[in-house]
Amino acid sequence: MNKTVLIGMTALALAIGGCAKRTPPPAEVTQPPVTQTDPNSTDPNSLEVVELPALQADLVAKAGSDTVYFGTDEYSLDQATQTTLAAQARWMLATPNVRASIEGHCDERGTREYNQALGERRANAVRDYLVAQGVPTSRLVVTSWGKERPVATGSNEEAWAQNRRAVTVIIR
Amino acid sequence: MIKSLAIVCLSAALSSAAYSQVQEEPPEVVGGSVRTSTAIAVPVMPGDVIGRQVAEVIASDLRSTGMFTPLGPSGLPSYSVEEAGSPAYPSWRNAGVAALVAGYIEPRADGRITLACYLHDVTAGRELVHQGFAVTSSDWRRAAHKCADLVYSRLSGQQPYLDTRVVYVAETGPKNNRQKRVVIMDSDGSNHRYLTVGRNTVVTPRFSPRGDKLVYTAYIGRRPRVLLYDVATGQERLLIPGNLITFAPRFSPDGRDVVFSMANGGNTDIYVVSTGGGQPRRLTSTPGADTSPSYSPDGRQIVFESDRSGTQQLYVMSADGGGQRRISFGGGRYASPSWSPTGNLIAFTKIAGPFRIGVMSASGGGEKILTDGWQDEGPSWAPNGQFVMFHRTPQGAGAARLYAVHIDGGPARLMPTPVGGSDPSWSPLNN
Repeated sequence: MNKTVLIGMTALALAIGGCAKRTPPPAEVTQPPVTQTDPNSTDPNSLEVVELPALQADLVAKAGSDTVYFGTDEYSLDQATQTTLAAQARWMLATPNVRASIEGHCDERGTREYNQALGERRANAVRDYLVAQGVPTSRLVVTSWGKERPVATGSNEEAWAQNRRAVTVIIR
Repeated sequence: MIKSLAIVCLSAALSSAAYSQVQEEPPEVVGGSVRTSTAIAVPVMPGDVIGRQVAEVIASDLRSTGMFTPLGPSGLPSYSVEEAGSPAYPSWRNAGVAALVAGYIEPRADGRITLACYLHDVTAGRELVHQGFAVTSSDWRRAAHKCADLVYSRLSGQQPYLDTRVVYVAETGPKNNRQKRVVIMDSDGSNHRYLTVGRNTVVTPRFSPRGDKLVYTAYIGRRPRVLLYDVATGQERLLIPGNLITFAPRFSPDGRDVVFSMANGGNTDIYVVSTGGGQPRRLTSTPGADTSPSYSPDGRQIVFESDRSGTQQLYVMSADGGGQRRISFGGGRYASPSWSPTGNLIAFTKIAGPFRIGVMSASGGGEKILTDGWQDEGPSWAPNGQFVMFHRTPQGAGAARLYAVHIDGGPARLMPTPVGGSDPSWSPLNN
């Protein structure tokens, strides 16, 4: 292998390795630009949120997944989930100026409104874990989709397991 | 906008001596159980070209009660305006019907129309009741529903419920990309009108006590939020300003408050806020998920579900949050309660394997399961407390559909909607 290529590859290796080895950012994280909303507004149009698909893909690539899963009627975080979330936290800390909407989902085998509550429990559990990993609270918002947004359409255990999830959505 | 419907006295010319002095004897109440079916004839009404459609709406309404086997309007003899009040009873007896709905449609000096509605007991050979309804000609359906209600009430002894509307969420598209829109329609499926365009997912719309407003939950900015919607103007606003997760809204019986759930920090509690705005007042504070609140018709109590005991169960509390006590103790879980407008029953979703609709007394006893689907949920009461509407979700990827069932049980009836739907809410009786 010639020297140029070797240097190139070394540089690349250092760049990738550098992400993992970079020192933690300073405690004073620059506040991301937030859409100004009047907290007293009753206009539904004042609440829009902007997703960032390119950064979402980057999260998935670097943290392994933007989604963690739950048992039936559960909102506890198993070991695999904690590992994924730790990686998500590292990504968040390495990617300032964005926020994340932590979004809880449920399978269809629950009533509509209870599932809205359960989804929020799941998202909140994920948020608490990310905060414990050092992500500032101000960069995280929590929401629940209840059972309104299934990804799997079957009525069987396999589909339901895929739908019981919390997704970390990168937003401006 | 629901215009008031005037009840008018019928022309004296029709109050012929043959029946004008009919005594108000106790009616022959047929169909006390929905399994009995009275053969009732509904011929084309004379007086206007819409007489056939009027008769069709009346016949359809009566069939939907589960109490009647309507005949006609096709295949039945016609009659004149004058004969509406004095039919040939022997002919109708020979035709094998027990009852007859007759009448006529007449233009009024003020440009509206009168629908005169007569209910005849064919077996006994006498009129049971008559009433006239004045409407604009474009509102003829309201008059037809009022006539059907007159017949239903007189023969069942129950309060009317057919002149009502339903608000629900129409569902289209694949299961993993469902489009949901709020719809208002008449209870027979007519006048089906989309209120939202489908950009935001919407769930659980509910009528105000006078039927002039809705509350519903919409996902805006990726969060569920309660919206207050004016049916006449189409104007809407967030019920609670700011960035909170709110859902499961219902009006109080006096229309002044909205009770709802708010989720925060992994906990969901029940709050109440004035319809006009202001600070929400917190009613529950346990770590359990408290949701699906529903007022008693006197406004003094609220039934709700909570999993504070470990599983979803039903609880009742005072409207100010005091005296929270569990009322469900059967095997299984209980959810989405709804207090009957007559105050004596609470409908709910029971989860014990399948999801089924049931009713229990307001104190918690006398549980009765009314349906047999795989996933039936979200009961809503007819204003007379005799029927419950709900949605049934099939296994697999199909859309949910709306059904109605009588509190005595029996087969659930599919509601006539153009597409799939869920979260129905039955309006109060149109005035």
